[in-house]
Amino acid sequence: MTLLLEKPATVPAADRPPYWTMRRRDELAGWLFVAPQVAGIVAFVIVPLGLVVWYSLHEWNVLAGTFDFVGAANYQALADDPRLGPALRATGFFSAGLVVLNLSLALFLAVLLNQKLRGTVVFRTLFFSPVVVTLVAWTIVWGFLLQDNGGVNGFLGLLGIDGPNWLRGDTTAMISVIVVQLFKGVGLNMVLFLAALQGVPAELYEAARIDGASTWARFRLVTVPLISPTILLTSILTVVGSLQVFAQIAVLTQGGPGTSTTVLVYYLYQQAFQFHHFSYGATISLLLFAIVLALTVLQWRMRRKWVFHES
Amino acid sequence: MSRKGKLLLYGVLLVCCVPFVFPTWWMATASLKPVNDIFAFTLLPQTVTLDAYRQVFELQPFGRQYLNSCYIAVIVTLGTLVISSLAGYAFARIKFRGAGVVFVIVLAGLLVPNEVTIIPLYRMFDSLGLVNSHWPLILIPMLGAPSVLATFIMRQFFITLPRELEEAGRVDGLGRLGLFWQVSLPLARPALGAVAIFTFLHSWNLYLEPIVFLSSKDKFTIPQALTQYVDAYGGAMWNVQLAAATMSALPVLIIFVLAQRQFVEGLAQTGLKG
Repeated sequence: MTLLLEKPATVPAADRPPYWTMRRRDELAGWLFVAPQVAGIVAFVIVPLGLVVWYSLHEWNVLAGTFDFVGAANYQALADDPRLGPALRATGFFSAGLVVLNLSLALFLAVLLNQKLRGTVVFRTLFFSPVVVTLVAWTIVWGFLLQDNGGVNGFLGLLGIDGPNWLRGDTTAMISVIVVQLFKGVGLNMVLFLAALQGVPAELYEAARIDGASTWARFRLVTVPLISPTILLTSILTVVGSLQVFAQIAVLTQGGPGTSTTVLVYYLYQQAFQFHHFSYGATISLLLFAIVLALTVLQWRMRRKWVFHES
Repeated sequence: MSRKGKLLLYGVLLVCCVPFVFPTWWMATASLKPVNDIFAFTLLPQTVTLDAYRQVFELQPFGRQYLNSCYIAVIVTLGTLVISSLAGYAFARIKFRGAGVVFVIVLAGLLVPNEVTIIPLYRMFDSLGLVNSHWPLILIPMLGAPSVLATFIMRQFFITLPRELEEAGRVDGLGRLGLFWQVSLPLARPALGAVAIFTFLHSWNLYLEPIVFLSSKDKFTIPQALTQYVDAYGGAMWNVQLAAATMSALPVLIIFVLAQRQFVEGLAQTGLKG
């Protein structure tokens, strides 16, 4: 006891600079806070992405249990695949159709709901409601309605139109898939547009009106530039989303009739999980990834041309 | 606006409603029709029968499948809220070395759709013996690409919080975890709500992952189960499919109508605004 008391301390504890300064604590806290997310991205995105490349360079025979390096053979096979052209065409048809229709309808509905009118909340709720309906349930109902003797043709019959057998014709099947997805998701973009429209200052419309601008000119010259950041965001999200369409195709058409609605994702699924061509499927995956990447970068770079920034 | 203009506007809005409302209405009413009347073009069923609803449970363990979807969606939602709010907070408020690089790596997840990585993910879970279990359906959305959007939304929200709020907490001697948990997180309710809603819907709608990973009926989730009601010739049993579809959609629809303000405005006001 006395020994302890007599022992002279070299540095009094209070004067020693503590190791755990606020900066060091923050340094550690920052890493700990992001650790689960980063570990997840590495394990479920980065490593798998590397494996996709690795698989694509090999020939993987699941039945024989062989895995041999083949270099660019899978890429060559993909380039020569007679089904690639139709798959790309179907993907382009679907994505272009969906994005154009979705953004224009979303903007149209948002402008309607932005008018000073009683009951717009009710309409907003109705337009948004398909977003919360289970995707496959929504698709099944439309599949039912689109039968030859189904509700859509019943409706058209009331107008004196003899509707086609939607899901059995090449073009009508693709139109059906686009329309089903359009009404499922357009409510989300509509809500984002509505929020952007409500942020446009009323004085600007007033000023344009005084300058004698017509309704259309006000929309084109005031509204569109001011909400262009939202247009960019929704178009990126919708383009990427459209390239991922799977459930609707699998439930409505199984890629048919023929291969008319076999988009790239569906083709990838068929090759990998129906024919067990894992390495060839991985090659298609990489093509899909390249398309997503290219379109996103393209839109992001185009933003300088047409997205309006206040500052 | 003139009276005439208003009437015209209401007219246009009503016509626009048809493709949004009609399918859901048709789903619910047709599921109550006897199988022979299923294609009858009537807004309300002539005779009402619950036959299809009985068959839903007889042909498949639909109760079990319903429970699967519910518990997976709840775990994914809670897990995503924890992981994304922590990461989003750190990216917005904490200065640490490498934050910029790590943030770019995480954001890259937004550019890699799950469809691109589904083959290696299948092989990975297969080698762990976790195929035909619910683990892939929980882990991939919670930790992989889908959680990145959640983290991004949380970050965008935390960036807008004024610094002074945390200064006060620091003076009171709170550490980082305390500042996060007691000061910032309670203010993040709107962003957490938006993240919870779209995470739940994403998990609830998942289709590719279940059909790739699951093979036994008692493990199926709802979307996958819905398409299994087919007759001996592979034709859809419409009334049964519609009954099961109605049961999967109605609870979420009812919650949505009751809480539509939080739904719509929460989604519109957070981060996603761009």
